[in-house]
Amino acid sequence: MVDVAIIGLGITGAACARELSRYHLRVLGLEAQNDFAAGATRANSGIVHAGYDAKPGTNKAKYNVRGNALYPLWARELEFPFIQNGSLIVCHDDGDLPGLQALYDRGVQNGVPDMELLDENALHSLEPNLSPACRGALYAKTGGITCPYEFCIACGENARENGAEFIFNAPVTQIRREDGGFAITAGEKIYHARTILNAAGLYSDAIHNLLSRVPYRIQPRRGEYQLMDNAAGAFFTRTIFTLPTPMGKGVLISPTVDGNLYLGPTSLDSTDKEDTSTTAEGRAFILKKAAESWDNFPKNRFITGFTGLRAHLIEGGDDFIVGSAPDVPGLFDAVGIESPGLTSAPAIAEDLSRQIAAYCGAKKKDNFQPHRPAIRSFRTMTNEQRRQAIAENPLYGHIICRCEQVSEAEVLEAIRRGARTVDGVKRRTRAGMGKCQGGFCGPVILEILARELGCDPTEILKDAPGSNILVGPIR
Amino acid sequence: MLHYDVAVIGGGPSGMAAALAASKEGASVLLLETEPRLGGILNQCIHNGFGLHIFKEELTGPEYAHRFIRQIQDSPVEVLLNTLVLDVSPGRQVLAVSKERGLLEIQAGAVVFSTGCRERPRGAIGIPGTRPAGVITAGAAQKYVNIDGYLPGRECVILGSGDIGLIMARRMTLEGAKVKAVVELMPYSSGLARNIKQCLDDFGIPLLLSHTVVEIHGKNRVDAVTIAKVDDNLSPIPGTEEIIPCDTLLLSVGLIPTVELATKAGAELAGSQVRVDQHFSTSHPGLFICGNTLHVHDLVDYVTEESTVAGQFAAAYAKGARPADGREIPIQPGEGITYTVPQRLTGESFRENITLRFRTRRVYKQARLVLSSGGKTIASFKRPVMAPGEMQTLVLKPELLNSLGESLSLHVEE
Repeated sequence: MVDVAIIGLGITGAACARELSRYHLRVLGLEAQNDFAAGATRANSGIVHAGYDAKPGTNKAKYNVRGNALYPLWARELEFPFIQNGSLIVCHDDGDLPGLQALYDRGVQNGVPDMELLDENALHSLEPNLSPACRGALYAKTGGITCPYEFCIACGENARENGAEFIFNAPVTQIRREDGGFAITAGEKIYHARTILNAAGLYSDAIHNLLSRVPYRIQPRRGEYQLMDNAAGAFFTRTIFTLPTPMGKGVLISPTVDGNLYLGPTSLDSTDKEDTSTTAEGRAFILKKAAESWDNFPKNRFITGFTGLRAHLIEGGDDFIVGSAPDVPGLFDAVGIESPGLTSAPAIAEDLSRQIAAYCGAKKKDNFQPHRPAIRSFRTMTNEQRRQAIAENPLYGHIICRCEQVSEAEVLEAIRRGARTVDGVKRRTRAGMGKCQGGFCGPVILEILARELGCDPTEILKDAPGSNILVGPIR
Repeated sequence: MLHYDVAVIGGGPSGMAAALAASKEGASVLLLETEPRLGGILNQCIHNGFGLHIFKEELTGPEYAHRFIRQIQDSPVEVLLNTLVLDVSPGRQVLAVSKERGLLEIQAGAVVFSTGCRERPRGAIGIPGTRPAGVITAGAAQKYVNIDGYLPGRECVILGSGDIGLIMARRMTLEGAKVKAVVELMPYSSGLARNIKQCLDDFGIPLLLSHTVVEIHGKNRVDAVTIAKVDDNLSPIPGTEEIIPCDTLLLSVGLIPTVELATKAGAELAGSQVRVDQHFSTSHPGLFICGNTLHVHDLVDYVTEESTVAGQFAAAYAKGARPADGREIPIQPGEGITYTVPQRLTGESFRENITLRFRTRRVYKQARLVLSSGGKTIASFKRPVMAPGEMQTLVLKPELLNSLGESLSLHVEE
């Protein structure tokens, strides 16, 4: 019997695991897929929102602002990338200037610091690549960018270091209440837990509804993106938003922490929680919308496109559901965690872990290790650091991914830390994320995985089970 | 800090030819190669058809490479394998890394960039659909099959009829896979005519011109693709969609010269290519570029020819020769011409032939290539057939070159 079973190891579940591991609690994470960050955490905007957007008084507003404030500390402790690059909400029509003022006022109400309204000149001197059609902006200086999957993996690694255990390929199919807690059927096994933390993202409604008579319903809301290469981030310093609508925060133009630039997302309600395909219409829409703020953007810099699914609550409220389910003692929900869920994750984790610790009567450990060292990346080292790294481990001098300058040492460390697939290595090291998208390094990563895991190359997966890259030996 | 007259970056056919030529001129030469062996992509091109122009015989890729590897071994050229160049400064300092030697700094008198090209990935052309395993570039598939000995799929559709796509259609078929179709966006193939005959026609593989892949299906592994006809603007025509069940989509949708090192060091671009003169000198003195890093070739023989020139002039530069101050004559690609190499001529007077290579924008039959200067036609040449997939060549003689005005342009007349 564990104290807490966390269902779902996206950013919410992983951040909660990290915070729960501060306490004298046995923490078990159950994940349906084969790695951390397999759902919405894998494919989203990566924005650490300032908090001007959410309706005052809501959970979204509360956790957003608190989460934003926690990021600098979390990023330092867990060594994941975070840049407070600032957010600009631009408008293309003088008629929308009052909308910016309203957003500013809302930000003040939510307690967002460091905001400023910019006129046309101030805006264009900050971001010279914006089109002349941009008339003014709200500048939220506490807005930032992060790498969502790296953050999630960092939380998981830190939680594990502090005693949490994780089981992958374990989709929860049944939960039964029993004396002192719950019996959870996941994969082939049954796990017993005093409490459940439901962080199942798109499926958090289904998990909740297995136990509660107050049902929730989540509708996937699709968001497509187009990503440019690792030098295109230089076109903009800040994240460019347009005025939000009921469907979301519009199509953004944003640099990433790794120097890429993306355009997106779309926002379209869907019925299929598994459909992350991209569409010609989505791409056309993104390019059209982005062109409103950035005319003549380069068309030959795109390297990939992807789709994420937001866990949008359509039954049970219009806000994050965070806390104890009223009719199920011991069930703690994090349901409907769409944007600004990534920003809110540290704050939700802080809050839920306190609630669960109180429920279980658990005290904080005095030997909690808050620091998780990142995989040291050759690409970001100075030449002096590179010399030293190679002197300590010559495999730092063997570059596997040319586009992103990822060394064999990093690939091996990623595998040591739990990467089991080509995409798992990619998300931990960036190998295959560059201009050639793994054309050169893909076969080499596959070979290293097979060698290190002691399996046949045909068993190596791109990503999920069934995504084998090779079908057999040649004749 | 190591010192060499010439540092050659990339040990494929281009780098080997440049290194040998520079060495023959008496320069001290360092050849840097990322892979554990010289030869570049030739090592995975186990089909024949290489060397017809230079050796007058049909060699496989590894055989062609081997002829040069042997010459390198017998020459004073120094080779560093497993070594990746990270940066080249405008002052020709090369920063490289390997696991044996760590970080290396090399001061070179001249630098030759011969780093080849990369394949355009799916995301660059935005093919919609799911993102399963089984969507790979033809070159990566070639490595899996020919180097690693594994088959990346059993039922393939190939998008793009460039040479690697055509070669892989045959290769996958020989290894027991079923190639259901080669789908080409343009109304003509971008591959060599001989490859269409030998790789598709001889195996009964359909080539669907003016078609493209409009959607990829399959959750974890490709299970089908939807193809459609395209109109004159290359847009898919609604109602012409057809679903082809398959487990693999091979992409042969273009090769992109890896110009990043050279441009960062100061070489200027002309469009998407590095701008060179007839000596393969970039706009930045002391930096030379050749092979597929400069423009993508269909025949390796021409790579060898061009790179030999680049190596010779890199050696001359390193030994102190500077091009005489003189005219610079830009070469304009006119109607029907995609690009030319070189894109400019330099020097006061010309004593030797200069080979102009270029591609046409579309297929031309019984057309004329017209050279003009200062608005006047100075020469024209009849060509029975020209296609974008076949690189064209014009040899310009000194008499013609010395009669040029301020500019030179080349266009096609039907």
